[in-house]
This record gives sequence, C-alpha cells and structure tokens, in this order.
Amino acid sequence: MAEKGNIYRISGPVVIAHGLESPKMYDVVKVGKMQLVGEIIKINGDDAVIQVYEDTSGLKPGETVENTHRQLSVMLAPGILGSIYDGIQRPLDKIKASSGDFIARGVNVEAVDTKKKWHFVPVAKNGSEVKQGDIIGEVQETGLIKHKVMVPVGMNGKIDKLKEGDYTVTDKICGIIGSTGSKSDVSMLQYWPVRIARPVVEKLPPHIPLITGQRVIDTFFPVAQGGTAAVPGPFGSGKTVIQHQLAKWSESDIVVYVGCGERGNEMTEILTTFPELKDPKTGKPLMDRTILIANTSNMPVAAREASIYTGIALAEYYRDMGYNVALMADSTSRWAEALREISGRLEEMPGEEGYPAYLGRKVAEFYERAGMVKVLNGKIGSITAIGAVSPPGGDISEPVSQNTLRVTRVFWALDASLANRRHFPSINWLNSYSLYMDDLGGWYSENAGKEWVQLRTEMMGILQKEAEINEVVQLVGYDALPEKEKETLDIAKSIREDYLQQSAFDDVDTYTSTKKQYIMLKSIKMMHDAEAKAIDRGVLVEQMQKTTAKEKMARMKFVKEADIDNYFKEFEGSLSDFESIESGNK
Amino acid sequence: MGDINYRTIKQITNVLLFVEGVRDAAYNELVEIRTPDGTSLTGQVLDSRDGMAIVQSFGETRGMDLSSTSVRFLGTTAQLAVSTDMLGRIFDGVGRPRDGGQQIYSEEKLDINGGTINPYAREEPSEFIQTGISTIDGMNTLVRGQKLPIFSGSGLPHNRLAAQIARQAKLLNSSEEFSVVFGGIGINSEEANFFRKEFEDTGALERAVMFLNLSSDPSMERIILPRLALTTAEYLAYEQDMHVLVILSDMTNYAEALREVSAAREEVPGRRGYPGYMYTDFSTIYERAGKINGRKGSITQIPILTMPGDDITHPIPDLTGYITEGQIVMSRDLYRKDIYPPVDVLLSLSRLMNQGIGKGRTREDHRGVADQLYSAYANGKDLRSLTEIVGEEALSANDRKYLNFANMFEDKFVRQGYYEDRSIEDTLSLGWDLLSSLDVSEMKRVKDEYIKKYGRWKEAEKDEE
Repeated sequence: MAEKGNIYRISGPVVIAHGLESPKMYDVVKVGKMQLVGEIIKINGDDAVIQVYEDTSGLKPGETVENTHRQLSVMLAPGILGSIYDGIQRPLDKIKASSGDFIARGVNVEAVDTKKKWHFVPVAKNGSEVKQGDIIGEVQETGLIKHKVMVPVGMNGKIDKLKEGDYTVTDKICGIIGSTGSKSDVSMLQYWPVRIARPVVEKLPPHIPLITGQRVIDTFFPVAQGGTAAVPGPFGSGKTVIQHQLAKWSESDIVVYVGCGERGNEMTEILTTFPELKDPKTGKPLMDRTILIANTSNMPVAAREASIYTGIALAEYYRDMGYNVALMADSTSRWAEALREISGRLEEMPGEEGYPAYLGRKVAEFYERAGMVKVLNGKIGSITAIGAVSPPGGDISEPVSQNTLRVTRVFWALDASLANRRHFPSINWLNSYSLYMDDLGGWYSENAGKEWVQLRTEMMGILQKEAEINEVVQLVGYDALPEKEKETLDIAKSIREDYLQQSAFDDVDTYTSTKKQYIMLKSIKMMHDAEAKAIDRGVLVEQMQKTTAKEKMARMKFVKEADIDNYFKEFEGSLSDFESIESGNK
Repeated sequence: MGDINYRTIKQITNVLLFVEGVRDAAYNELVEIRTPDGTSLTGQVLDSRDGMAIVQSFGETRGMDLSSTSVRFLGTTAQLAVSTDMLGRIFDGVGRPRDGGQQIYSEEKLDINGGTINPYAREEPSEFIQTGISTIDGMNTLVRGQKLPIFSGSGLPHNRLAAQIARQAKLLNSSEEFSVVFGGIGINSEEANFFRKEFEDTGALERAVMFLNLSSDPSMERIILPRLALTTAEYLAYEQDMHVLVILSDMTNYAEALREVSAAREEVPGRRGYPGYMYTDFSTIYERAGKINGRKGSITQIPILTMPGDDITHPIPDLTGYITEGQIVMSRDLYRKDIYPPVDVLLSLSRLMNQGIGKGRTREDHRGVADQLYSAYANGKDLRSLTEIVGEEALSANDRKYLNFANMFEDKFVRQGYYEDRSIEDTLSLGWDLLSSLDVSEMKRVKDEYIKKYGRWKEAEKDEE
C-alpha cells in the first residue's frame, strides 16, 4: 500500500518515518504494529516527524506507519456531556472496559456511543434554506442540557426529508440540497480538527460577570463571561481547589475541565465527587453539564499537549449552540512543558528557559479562542477560559506566566504565605487585578445591590490602608498607633477572616450568592461605622473585641442562604452594643 | 536477534554507547554489554534508528573499548522477576542480590516501567494512617495510597523520621501491618546500615524488600532502582494484596543521575541543567502510588529528597511538589533548637488530609483543630519576628498570648521522642490543651459545638460565648 511508510528512528515520544506518501502537516498517523496514534509535526524531505500520543517503548525501526489523512479531530455529537476523556478524546471508562486497570496502548475506542438512540426533534422545516451553523433540531442530551444539532460548517442549502424520530448519531436525519443541486446527508455526528478555531460571526465585548459564588472573586476580581483569567501560584497554594470550586459553582451552562498533567488521585477525586454534586439551582447532577478531560502527569506527553485543544474545541461546539461555557485548564504550565519536551526532541533552537520560541504565540492563540461571540446562527454564546499556571518556585517572572499574563485580563495571584497560614482561597488582594471591573460595574449595581461598587471600593481601600499601617507597626509597634488606625486594622482583619477566607470544604461556606455577599459587605461596613462612632466617644478598640456583633459577623459566612435575611436583622440589632460601651479613655 | 553480538560500537562516553549497523533495536529495549575482560553489564536503548542505536549503560563504561566490547539486544524491555521470596532480601540497583543469597527466579516477570493506572480505575485514598507523629497525624495527615515526600536538607534527621514512620505506621482498628519496600538511591553505607538495622530491630525486615545503590556504586543504576522498587511494590500490593509503604531515599541523587545522562546525550537543558522532561520522568515514579478499585493492596510512597541549599524552589523539590500530594518539610531552625522531628508545619501540606479525617475516621473536630493550630502558630511566628524589631513590650496582651503559644507549640506539639508513638486522640487533646492558652473568642476555625465538647476553657469563659 502506498499509504504506508516505515519507522526510521525512535527517540522518546518522537518518531521519524520514511516513505509516507504526501504527508501533510498535522495528519494523524498510526504508528507501528501496535497502531499507536501520532501526529505529523514536521516534514523534512522524505522524513516525517511524528509526535506519538502513547508510550513508544518497544517500537522498532522498520515497523509500518500508516497515514489516515485526517487531522487530529474531536467527535461532536450528543453523548459528550458527562464523559471523562483522555487527552485525545478517548473515554476513560471505555478504555478501562477494554484494557483493564492500567491503560494499554493502541486502544481504539470511540468518543461517543454510536449505538445509542437519541430522540431527535426538528426545529427547522423541510424545504427551508439553511446555512452553516443553523440549528435544525434538538436532542435532550442530559437532564440539564438540550443538544442543538447544527448544519456542519461549510454546508448550505435546502433541507430535505427532516423527520422527528429516534436516531443513532450516525443515522441520517436529513439531507441538504445545495444550490448546484448537490445532495449531502446530515447526521448528528460531526468532526472538527482541534487545532482550528470554529468560525464565528463576530466577537462581542463582555459585560456579564461569571458568578462563581467565591467571595474574593465575585466581589473583588470578577471575570466576565467570555473573559480570560490566569491563576498562577506555587504548589500548595490552592490552584487546583480554586479550579475545582469554579467547575462546581460557576454559573455557566457547560463546564469543560481539562486536567493537564495532573495527579492521578486528584483526577480520581473529581471523578468520584462530581457525579455526586448537584446543581444548586436545578438539583440535577452537575455531571450533566460537565466534560472532563483527564490527562495525568504520567500519561504520554504528546497527549498532554493535545488535551488543551481537545478541551477548547469541545467548548466551542457547545458555544455554537448558544451556551455559555466555562473552560478550566489545570495546569497550562504542564502543557507548555510538553511543548518544550517535544521541541527539545526535535532539536529546535530553544528560547527562554528551554521553551520553544513559539510559546508566546501558542499561549495567545489558545486564549484568543475564548470570548463572548455572535455565532454563525445568530445566537450569543461564550467561552470563559481560566488557566492555572504553575511557575517554578512561585516566581512569575518565568516565560509561561509572563506569556499568559500578557493575554489574560484577570490575574488571581495565589500567595504561598497566605496558603501557609491556611488563608484560602489564597488570592492576594493587593497583587491581583481584574480588568473587567469597569465593564461589569453596571451589572453589579443593577443585579447585586445599588451600593455594590461603592462598598467594594471602600473595602479594598481599607485593605490597602491595612498594608500601609502594618509597615508602620513594623517600626513602632502596635501599641503606638492611634485608636483610629487600630480600628482600621480591626476591620481589615474582619474583611480578611470573615469575608475573604472561604472554606471549600464547608457545606454552606463553599458557595455564597451575590445577594449574601452584598449583605455581608454591608454588615462589615455597618460595623465599621458603629466602631468609628464609638471611637469618637473615646472607646478603645480593645473594649470592642467581645461584642455580640463581632461574634455574629464571624459566623455570618456559615449561615444558610435561606436564613440570611433574619440573621442580618439580628446582626443589625446587635450593633447597638457598641453604643453601650463606656469610654475607656481617662 | 538475541543471538547477534554487535561489535560495531563507534563511540563511548561515560554513560552512552553508540552502536552502528543495528537495524531494529526497539526503543527502551534491554541490552547486555560485554566488556573485554568478560564482565557483563546491563543497558537500555535510548534512541533507535535504522542503522544505529544509542545505548545507555547502567554500569560504568570503564574498561570498554571499540574493538572487543560487544552488545547484545535482549528483545525485551527491562523486566523484573518478582516473587514473595523477595521479602526479607536485599538487592542492588539492578536487582542482583546484595546479601549473598540466591538470585530470584520466577515465572512472573513484570515490566519495570509499570503502566499508567487509568484514573477511572483508581480508588480515592481515604484510610487514615496513624504514624504516631503529631505534626503529621494532626496537621498533615497521611492516607493509604498517598505519595507524601519529605523535603529535607543535608544533615537533617529525615532518615530517622522515615524510619519512625515505617515503624509506627498503622491503620486504626486494624492489625494489618505494612510491608516496606526501601529504595536507597546513592546513599552512603552508614545510612544503608541505619535502615537495615532499624528494620532488623523492629522485626520489619521479614516484611521488607531493600534495594540499595550506595554512593560508591554506578550512578546510572540510580535511574533503574526506583523503578525496580516500585515494580516490586506493585506486585506485592496488586497481586499479593499487601499494603506497601515505599521509602525512596534520596531522590536528589536520582535527579543528579538523570541530569548526567541528559548531559551525556547533549540534550537542551531546562532549569539548572536538569532535563526538560524531568517533570514527566518524576511523574512516572511518583504516580505509581495509589489504590485500585477492586484490589486489596495499596502503595503509599514516602520519597525523601534533600533540597540543595535548603532551597524549596530548586527544580527537584519544586517539580516533586507539583506531582506529590503534599510534602513534609524539615526545618533547620527547629533542628538547631534541638527539636525532633523538626517538621515545619507551615510549609508542610497533605492534600489528601480531608479525605482521611473527620467523624468515623479520626475525630469530628480534627479539621477545625488543625486549621486553628495552623493559623495560631502562623500568627505567633509572625509576632516573633516582629518582636525582634520592636520588642515584646510593644505587643498587645492578646498578641503576647500568641507569641507564647508559638513557643509552646514547638516545644510540646512538634517535639516528640524517636520512640514516642502518639495516638490521634493524644495528638488532638494536646492541640486543645495548647489552644486553651488563647482566648476562646479567637477560635474562629472551630465549630462552637466542638469548643464546648473538647475545649479546655473554664465554664465561665464558655458561657460568654
């Protein structure tokens, strides 16, 4: 067969083949007797350089290489939601069924079940003109999500023989007759090459926040739907817990979670906890809206490189149906290291710290696939991309962090010293930023509370003041401070401990609605005012420590959403305590 | 092809042989190298192409030449013959007996590179291991199937700590004992003897398999050694239903050997000369810990590494920390204060702690107590550095309590004897004792009901609540 070439050289995940007929860049090939999946990443004369997505141990020069002439693609059809894939969209449960507890090589399993029948309901009419991306029908994919079946990209024409019924994903559901009279069959199944962004009409400016239920994020450093965020932090600073919290609680229609070079046990934790979690609004299992891509650190490095693209291609597909999709990638540094490793094997001239010179471009291209957009069928959809970065030693001057910060608009700076004292989430309030703040202010004022923006600014002011005062304390000691400044420190402590700190492991504290966040912010502000008044009367900060109001403030985060209004009234009542403290100044 | 002896070596470096005329050597295939004086060494194919194979030798290339040294390709990737006869035995870095005993013969041969456990087949580790050490049990809990390294520095008592863990580790309400697989990577003979004696004294030797590569042994064996240790562990855990504790000491020597090979291959170096694939390479060792659904045994890993210059941002601890489920960090400051075990709890972490603690596992108040201890100690330590500038007088009364707490915490909670085996109940009670030196209103991390149930404050104070 002319299609086949032979292995000439094997060096780790990189294989060089000779004699492949008309190899094209990024063609997918099957390597060796074991039929390992690989991709052509460089062509040099007769040499085709292939990165292989599976362990290459045991491959020999001379074994055959077969070109499939297809690019690395994802399978798009109902049945994706709730799945757990490896880096190249092979479902892990099916791999287990076919090869046991350890992942075997050359396993050939399909991304979605091609036998299962789905009930398809048309929304387009026979004989009507449709163009690429138009929705022709719907399938109830999970309890939460309706899968919209779309006209494949590149296809336009008149719908023919569209009918409601039960179909497998490969069954023909209609035909489309082009203007030249050409007929194409349409099924619910499409393929899309992962490295290419799916086309859209236009990008729109983001203006709605992605509510996450995490107080420090929603209040101080919000990310917009369709926005991009970077979470750099050293190990142990809680990157992964934040990503998990966002995957669990963020108010998006679909969540794509890419575990890129992660710990095996951590992926297992996701696999066991997510199916048990319920959507707070609908009570349906969260897996109904979730796609997990699990590429653990000891899986082949080339598949790690691909996993990010697999994730974003799936996200784009659901975005095209008009959904808001949140994509979490943990960690993009592992992906960059995969690029570096392969680049090193190709003996390319390295850029900074051994990373390839094209690292910046690749990072930018990835985040550019996020955004709020008008899709081909006119609907509005979005992809919010949140990438964790693991800088060596927590030093963000390294290339991956820097290239990421250049293109993302929200920066959650995780701080090891906060993590060490178990202040979680360990997002440093002085170093972090969100460039969406101004775009989103309007939404918050309208939907979360009139004084939201003002409260937030004031609270941040107190935290900044605290940092300044603390510098003075370092020199003169706490006792030398005037009572007013002591009070500022006191309120700042309350903001830090009673508001910013949030436990992911407490049933109530794990999620806070914007309504409750507003009440909490307001409570701190009211306490601040009451304390300031007392100080004007000569009361000492020391005397105010054991008040019921302070106690109630500390417990507020553990109060259930349903009880918060009543609790707030009690809190308001307890503020009068400050008035009854007698002046301690002689 | 196993019969062909290639005498076509074109180049020899201190670790690599370039063999020409080889047509179909498999990647990672095992080779036998025969030197002119008749000794035989093992090696592995690192790069194979039509007409040449690059072979990495696991022994020294001293005495090899181009004309009469021969290479034979063995047709398999590296395998280890495994059997329960290995228990109680000591082997070298490539699996040969080191104790004068018989070579292990077994039908059962396993690929030393192991496989990747499908995350779908893993069982979430959740069984609390009581190590009897307060800083670990109370604040950085180890669970069965976890990989929890000890980040140490040269001269610190990490080996004693590892030995104490191996001696005391047990599950609550279970008499099952751990088997120990010990991998000594480039350690000196004193350290090796320490572990051997320790295992002998406690009777653990008959449940232990030791692989030793001393600092005088060929460094290339250090790359194979952890894989042999883990293959043995996997056999004992997944096929013999044992619970295995794997101790690897010292992973820093492993990384050095890795760098040596990488440099010999003239690869583009990553940070500090270590190869760019070190993260991936580490993961193929560390990720071989865990539990598998439906299989009885488990592998718990305690790798030890010495941080060069006590620098936790050095690539070796850094990349390790990104793969392992936490770390136990040793502190030179505490050691100077003569505190054993000198565990710096603030820098230490167990990521799987929450799965292993709480009601029905340890005690309901465990999480809260641990968090409270953390934040109080962190606060006290901050104040300690503050007093160095402004003096203790400048502190408020409350702050002074915290300062005092930090000192007591180090003296009573962190410090314990080498043979002191504290139960988790003791550890938590000790925690409450120490916390009660602070005001009850400062207890923001613990639930009220637990303060009432376990707290040591006088009733009068509790009523204020």
